[in-house]
Amino acid sequence: MSETTMTPVQDAEAPAPNVVTMSMQQALNLALDEVLGENPKAVIFGEDCGRLGGVFRITDGLQAKHGEDRVFDTPLAESGILGMSVGLAMAGFHPIPEVQFDGFAYPAINQIVCQIGRMNYRSRGTLPMPITLRVPSFGGIRAPEHHGESLEALFAHVPGLKVVSPSTPNDAYHLLKYAAGRPDPVIFMEPKSRYWQKGPVEFAAGNPTGARVAKEGRHLTLVAWGAMVSRCLQVAELAAEDGIDVEVLDLRWLKPIDAEALARSVGKTRRAVVVHEAPLTSGLGAEVAQLITQSCFDTLKAPVERVTGFDVPYPSGDLEDEYIPNIDRILFGIQRVLEYRRD
Amino acid sequence: MTTHPVLSGGDVAPAPLTHEQLRELYALMSAVRRLDTAAVAWQRQGIIPGYAPELGQEAAQVGSGYAVDRTRDFVFPTYREMGVAKAMGLDMVGYMSTHKATWHGGMYNPLESRFAPIQAVVAGSVLHAVGWAHGQTLGGHTDSGVAVTYFGDGASSQGDVHEAMNFAAVMKAPVVFFVQNNGWAISVPTERQVAGGSVAARAAGYGIPSLQVDGNDVVAVYQATQSALAHCRSGNGPVVIEAMTYRRGPHSTADDPGRYRTLEEERLAAGEDPLERFKQRLLAEGVADEAFFAEAQRAAEEEAEAIRTGIEELGPRPGAEMFSMVFQEPTPDLQSQATAWREESEHV
Repeated sequence: MSETTMTPVQDAEAPAPNVVTMSMQQALNLALDEVLGENPKAVIFGEDCGRLGGVFRITDGLQAKHGEDRVFDTPLAESGILGMSVGLAMAGFHPIPEVQFDGFAYPAINQIVCQIGRMNYRSRGTLPMPITLRVPSFGGIRAPEHHGESLEALFAHVPGLKVVSPSTPNDAYHLLKYAAGRPDPVIFMEPKSRYWQKGPVEFAAGNPTGARVAKEGRHLTLVAWGAMVSRCLQVAELAAEDGIDVEVLDLRWLKPIDAEALARSVGKTRRAVVVHEAPLTSGLGAEVAQLITQSCFDTLKAPVERVTGFDVPYPSGDLEDEYIPNIDRILFGIQRVLEYRRD
Repeated sequence: MTTHPVLSGGDVAPAPLTHEQLRELYALMSAVRRLDTAAVAWQRQGIIPGYAPELGQEAAQVGSGYAVDRTRDFVFPTYREMGVAKAMGLDMVGYMSTHKATWHGGMYNPLESRFAPIQAVVAGSVLHAVGWAHGQTLGGHTDSGVAVTYFGDGASSQGDVHEAMNFAAVMKAPVVFFVQNNGWAISVPTERQVAGGSVAARAAGYGIPSLQVDGNDVVAVYQATQSALAHCRSGNGPVVIEAMTYRRGPHSTADDPGRYRTLEEERLAAGEDPLERFKQRLLAEGVADEAFFAEAQRAAEEEAEAIRTGIEELGPRPGAEMFSMVFQEPTPDLQSQATAWREESEHV
């Protein structure tokens, strides 16, 4: 396998490399480019998605390449964007709308919950909603209010929606291509703090379903998704210095959650810590803990720990690092699990 | 009352309705009136759990629905568009099944009917019409299908209606916004709902041409809808039609209008019954005679009876459909919930 860095102009004579190093932003952009090329019914739209290429440049160059019918700007109204997606899907299109930031999904929640999540059901399967809603998500970039939210539990609770979040450029590419080919609505949560991190994208080998073992280990499992996966990998390195062999499970799909992968991993390690940025109470960590308890109760060495954000509005940038699970807090979580003793 | 802004819909004015079409319109209104009053009775008899009558809105609904081209247009209804459904030739047992509580969206096929599933969210489907309509224009289609979205004076307060009108105008989407201003949003009268008094007047702010039409005159409604459709089809963008009518009945079979309006107020505000008014016109113009009206009445009663039999025979849907209709590709979690439900219930 050759590994090269992505360059704007490829030698037309050279065979396409199987592995290319690129940022998550580039991987997402490439995936969208290919989706537009492969599916004539795919349309991309949202605020500033056209000429500007999106505030994060995820749709950069796509309007120029594919035309204004395929990639277009909408007025600045999220309910309009999502409501329009429903109508386009009813007309046989495959909408790939963007809400510019996670917190901007709130004004569209009626269309997401009451319409996108239900139209297939309401219409008895005659009006599928093949909508991939891209949501730049989670915190970590010292952005203004409503630009750092973690909405996965909210979306996962809604019948009729599927939820996924990539943590690497490779997964970003494969998961987005996979999601955009599905006949059901998928909320695609992009970890915006990871947009500019580079990594290898393997074009041939994409496994877009279920969870992914990001690092194998024997002593305990860190369960994470989105931007928390790379932090958990850092934690695993530090823990290794103390002789603790941590497995990191990147959940990827937050609905449906890969319960078998959880059972496999924690069945082996017998200890688990769930890490997420979202607030603690009724967060997906609770769901993960229940799934682990269900499958591994007999062999668990300790209660499943949660290291998460707090039950507070997402704080201003200066306090962001106090809110998002940091390396120390995750290490404390690991310590609690390892030191747990039955009476 | 009908206003005539400049609508450009090609060179040809819509042909006047033939006598046969006028009689057909009456027959449709008569059938709708009969089914509407019958449905209220069915609720009282325990045959259906609830119903949202459209009594008094027959002209607005039949006149507009009759103008729709079922080969290319698409209608986005709310929960009170039985007259539109009837005028478009829907499977009425399938339509009324929503009120039987068989299935929320109704049992008719929305794609074949060109009639979206029944929508319980006020203003919920107005934006869907914009998306559908925009889709018709992608790739440079001309003479396109038009989306007709129905909503009321109450729904006009929803932000989605503003977003929809603005999106449609910016994108020149072929949408007819068909507002039935029936005077009441449950218990709140239009003057406490619609600032300025007219939804049509708001269209000017979006640069959208609008028509305010006597919603109790079926021919006027038909013609207004025809010209709006022609305008949209020619690539001129959306049109707003505000059909001024009156909700003669309660909001729903659970409502009690006596708490917010007197019978005397109802009588004065309702004006002339649109069905009776159309009958007198057809008689005066020699388009139809008493024998025709008697036959229309008989046919309406027969049809309502057949629909009653049809919905009574429906029976509940298999519980497994709760699970199987959620996704095109069901998730393993949902499949295991379905399995547990089957094993733990008596529906094996």
